[in-house]
Amino acid sequence: MSKFVSYSNPRTRALLYQIVVLTLLLGLGYEFIVNARSNLQAQNIASGFGFLDNTAGFCVNQSLIAYDEADTYARVFLVGLLNTLLVAGLGIVLATILGFIIGIARLSPNWLLARFAGGYVELVRNLPLLFQILFWYLAVLGTLPGPRQSISLTGAIFLNNRGIIVPAPVAGAGAGAVAAAFGAGVVAAIALASWGRRRQERTGQRLPLFWPSLGLVAGLPLAAFVAAGFPMGFERPELRGFNFVGGIRLIPEFVALLVALTTYTAAFIAEVVRAGVLAVPRGQTEAALALGLRRGLMLRLIVLPQALRVIVPPLTNQYLNLTKNSSLAVAIGYPDLFAVFAGTTLSQTGQAIEIIAMTMAVYLAISLLTSAFMNWYNARIQVAG
Amino acid sequence: MAVIAQPSYVRRALVEPELPPIAAGAAFGRTRERLFGGVFNTVLTLAGSVVIAAVIWWTAKFLLIDAVWSGSSRVDCLAETVGREVGACWPFIAAKFGQFMYGFYPTSERWRVDLTYALGVILLVPLLIPRLPCKAQNAILFFGAFPVLAFFLLVGGVFGLPHVETRLWGGLLVTLVISFTGIILSLPLGILLALGRRSELPIVRTLSIVFIEFWRGVPLITVLFFATYMLPFFLPDSWRIDALARVLVGVALFAGAYMAEVVRGGLQAIPRGQFEAAMALGLGYWRMMMLVVLPQALRLVIPGIVNSFIALFKDTTLVLIVAIFDLLGQMRAAFADPTWATPVTLFTGFAFAGMIYFLVSFGMSRYALFMERRLSSEAVR
Repeated sequence: MSKFVSYSNPRTRALLYQIVVLTLLLGLGYEFIVNARSNLQAQNIASGFGFLDNTAGFCVNQSLIAYDEADTYARVFLVGLLNTLLVAGLGIVLATILGFIIGIARLSPNWLLARFAGGYVELVRNLPLLFQILFWYLAVLGTLPGPRQSISLTGAIFLNNRGIIVPAPVAGAGAGAVAAAFGAGVVAAIALASWGRRRQERTGQRLPLFWPSLGLVAGLPLAAFVAAGFPMGFERPELRGFNFVGGIRLIPEFVALLVALTTYTAAFIAEVVRAGVLAVPRGQTEAALALGLRRGLMLRLIVLPQALRVIVPPLTNQYLNLTKNSSLAVAIGYPDLFAVFAGTTLSQTGQAIEIIAMTMAVYLAISLLTSAFMNWYNARIQVAG
Repeated sequence: MAVIAQPSYVRRALVEPELPPIAAGAAFGRTRERLFGGVFNTVLTLAGSVVIAAVIWWTAKFLLIDAVWSGSSRVDCLAETVGREVGACWPFIAAKFGQFMYGFYPTSERWRVDLTYALGVILLVPLLIPRLPCKAQNAILFFGAFPVLAFFLLVGGVFGLPHVETRLWGGLLVTLVISFTGIILSLPLGILLALGRRSELPIVRTLSIVFIEFWRGVPLITVLFFATYMLPFFLPDSWRIDALARVLVGVALFAGAYMAEVVRGGLQAIPRGQFEAAMALGLGYWRMMMLVVLPQALRLVIPGIVNSFIALFKDTTLVLIVAIFDLLGQMRAAFADPTWATPVTLFTGFAFAGMIYFLVSFGMSRYALFMERRLSSEAVR
């Protein structure tokens, strides 16, 4: 017993150190709580989450759900969260596409194309993201002409300093049939691909299934569209007086944020893709070429499936970065979660502790969920066994 | 031995061979093949040349050819006054240069900032060149003595130097102060957290993991808001922390969590034998880490540390959201000045700030690359 409590016993020391660390931490936490309580009382700030039921009383310039000034702070929270998810979700899809294109272009045998992609990556990666957001917002979109002198693309899309106005799709009678045809086409294409794979395993023949699949996915709804008598129309934006009527207006804050996030993250994704492709041993490419595969097929069948195993973990990090970076919206006034909740709501209610804790918790939850999903996907594509 | 599933199909006849590739000749032939091999490739090359030429032409035209080089107000940069198309309005930058560099730091005291920069450069340059001797002493001077000296020089209030409040600081000065302090504070914090994460003590390990994952999971801007609006509530009333110092605390915690992951990578790369040899020599935990493991691990992660520094340098721009005016913040404030409101002011400002950010970040990333190559060639030897 006396041997156990001796300081020279490593287990005793380990226990002692941990007790010291824990005591210090609890002491600090207690100190924080006591201070917070007295500070809040001194400044007459309410605590608790009761403020969520109060009327917000401010406008939000983009909302995916119905919202007006009479709604509560809880509703504001939801509006902001949806706006964050919208810009992050779209950003992730677009940045992935652009990033893969640039990453592959950097490895292109065409010297000029590779250098061009390399230059893009260096330029975009070495400028701060906030700088780029402000550049797109102030210098590019901010200097567009007013609504009356809008720049018109093909007469249907209009660019001006109040945003981008695109035609709004309007569903007529029979649009449901088109949607159903599209669904059926997708299911049929998946079934066809699966049948083709099984047939190839059995006979070794590759059937050219790309065009039939495209026919099923695009052609079937198109046929239904014609058969139902063109049930889908587009509401064209029209200039009336000083503003546009009809169509969907994408606010400049949204466009600037989306463009900046996409182009910035794409540069990082391009590097990830390049590193992943380079990580595939050269023998694999040589073997593919020796088998007579062309470059496109070689990339698709041999290189990319192996590269994906290297790419996915760092790609997850980039997705998380993009989502977290979307909080920079507050600098240009896009109403994301951070801007409307930690920005406006905080300055109106003064309840910093609850609001910042809630905001941090949301981003933390998004981060943990995304990484959990990507870990699952990553485990799926790794070599079994 | 794994059992290999019997393939259901085996090809029995050879596939028709593809045509042999066109022989690539000497350097000229290879270049031609790379740029003009095939229709698609040729189209790409031609389109690329046009785009690149246009970009270079427009940049040169804006920054140099059409630029206005002297003047005293917006009138000198208007197309109507100059009588031609107007590019960059450099007099705007010249007029605001003091603000961009020092913020509202009193003009008579700006030599103190310059002296700090000079001292920093004198100490930093020998540290970056691997060939030069006395790395340990140099590092102690740069990471230990220099910050203290810089603090007294910039803040003042001692040795007869007048006190300069931090709210007067701005521009590049603030950008550099935040990124430099962030890296200096985050290094020890990151090392401790990395050691904690690999510790065998369960409570210490759990706390380190929670701490690291928490700060890495939230955006920097929430951390800055936390430091600016939430932290004061948690501290005793008598502690009135300066706004810049609060931001520095937030940046240090945030950067520390990222640094911990960089250092952990280095710790994992040290072979087990090194730990075992140190223990066999009878070294305790701290002496083993300080004398054997960390010197090797930290050397390995120099590129990673430089990369975190680049990230931090770019991230300092976020402080403008909590009303601290760094280089970008001063730039944005200068755009609102009606004396210089012209159609080209915005583009001139972005071009100038962009060049500064690009040169610093690009320079550092090249340095990280250089160190990486050097370290990997040493590893081979």
